Amino acid sequence: MTGRLEVRKTYKLFIGGAFPRSESGRTTPVTTPDGRLLAHVAQASRKDVRDAVRAARGAQGAWDGRTPYNRGQIIYRVAEVLEGRSAQLAGELEAVGVASADARADVERAIDAAVYWAGFADKLDALAGGVNPVAGPFLNLSTTVPLGVCALACPGTGVHGVVSLVCPAIMAGNTVVALAGGPAALVTSTLGEVIATSDVPGGVVNLLTGDHAQLLPWLADHDDVDLIDLSGAPDGSAADLEARAADNLKRTVRTGGAEDLLTAMAFCEIRTVWHPARI
Amino acid sequence: MLSLGRDTRGSVLTGSLLGAPVRVAAVDGYALEQRAARLAARSVKRESKEAGLELAAHCIDLTTLEGADTPGKVRALCSRALHPDPDDPAMAPVAAVCVYPALVAEARAAVEGSGVKVASVAGAFPSGQSHLADRLDEIRRAVEDGADEIDIVLNRGALLAGRLDVVHDEVAASKEACGRAHLKTILETGELGSYEMVRLASMVAMAAGSDVIKTSTGKLPVGATAPVALCMAEAIREFSDQTGVEVGLKLAGGIRTSKQALGYLAIVAETLGPDWLTPDRFRIGASTLLNDIVLQRRFRRTGRYGRTHDLPVD
Repeated sequence: MTGRLEVRKTYKLFIGGAFPRSESGRTTPVTTPDGRLLAHVAQASRKDVRDAVRAARGAQGAWDGRTPYNRGQIIYRVAEVLEGRSAQLAGELEAVGVASADARADVERAIDAAVYWAGFADKLDALAGGVNPVAGPFLNLSTTVPLGVCALACPGTGVHGVVSLVCPAIMAGNTVVALAGGPAALVTSTLGEVIATSDVPGGVVNLLTGDHAQLLPWLADHDDVDLIDLSGAPDGSAADLEARAADNLKRTVRTGGAEDLLTAMAFCEIRTVWHPARI
Repeated sequence: MLSLGRDTRGSVLTGSLLGAPVRVAAVDGYALEQRAARLAARSVKRESKEAGLELAAHCIDLTTLEGADTPGKVRALCSRALHPDPDDPAMAPVAAVCVYPALVAEARAAVEGSGVKVASVAGAFPSGQSHLADRLDEIRRAVEDGADEIDIVLNRGALLAGRLDVVHDEVAASKEACGRAHLKTILETGELGSYEMVRLASMVAMAAGSDVIKTSTGKLPVGATAPVALCMAEAIREFSDQTGVEVGLKLAGGIRTSKQALGYLAIVAETLGPDWLTPDRFRIGASTLLNDIVLQRRFRRTGRYGRTHDLPVD
């Protein structure tokens, strides 16, 4: 009687609702603190970035077309599936050296963040927009509109770092290309499985594991990306990335995943229309 | 007149416009698909890719064939044809613009003196189901209005009914109606049903005097595919070997990305040789493809990914 063959997981990217390996074929070894190899995680290349942005752009119109209430329901579903996977995600963080209690706390914060943004979806217009008082015979309305495709430089610390940027962005009707490396590479890859089973349409969330320094300039330069969140960008790279983003009029923010109205408003624009009050 | 016979070695076409009977080889569909897939998936890099895309852009028939076409839209199309990338005046114009007969005069005026040709579909495009006299009349009028090239559809009804003589005589009459203009015959391969039929239709169209054979109208869900392109390229090679007449190939329908275009260039280069890769003998009927090529060129020039929003769409 021999032992059962170990079924090891291939940690891949999540682009357009599918799980491809990197186009480049490159991987990064992820090890335990004592140097034992855990997995070779896909390392995204600039062409994966290109494909992810294309997928995000393709999915944006339909995602924006859903009602905020429906987007909220779907994000809540993400929280539900995260809850079911919490032990696996915490385990993957512990394996790379995160203390057990910290790993559990990180996953729980991530789930809570998803619930927070799920509830926010149908309140955004009321909080950020509304009827404005104007001195004239007009009905003056402000509404929120999504920016389009958002690039998210997620901190490489864990699940919360990714979820707390992805959720507010998609809550407002954007589609995202999120990039995370470091210890978060394993959980970022697993998050793809969570999103894929949460009724989130393909292409709305694209997750890349890779090197920030290598890939962020491509995202900052990309004409078809409307916002870049530099919350997790490496120290010292911000000035260069901001200059690149400014070149194509991209909005640059550092929300840090804070759960407040400012974060929500970072991911949308306000459109104000004047209706004649009497026709 | 044309007739299809058989001898011990296979099928033979005998036609009134042919010096000698032309043999029609059988098609191995499986081998065809495998070879086409392999050629189309060939990885083309750097300088070769640049040269390939340059060539592809230069061989495009920039096409608009919509019920909603207006003179203004045709002028915009012509302006794109002359200056595919507004940011880069060095980019060469495309081979031709392709419009409906009623808009030929408009297109002619817009591209006059530039070397860009005006092509027009005629002969009850896209079905071809109209009386021959009307179809020929439409061709003559389009040529009078200034069309350099006429795209007609093959009579698929007659072909599928086995009336090769009818198909042949109609194409020959269309060629006569064209006068100096080039005749491109659309086989509409999506309706032919088999590679054998594509091969036979290609041979009949060439035997009747077509200057170019073309895959599709672009009005069906199935447009050009790699195996069909290879099948037609092989037919052209076979015809040229036997008669010495070199017929061109036009691919149309569903060619939207640079990658697809490079795949088709590989198929033509490997089957017919580099001599065929000129706008005289090879065309791609497309409109969105041009934007994709422009974006690729911009990426090479600036090192940044552009966006489709910045380019005109039609």
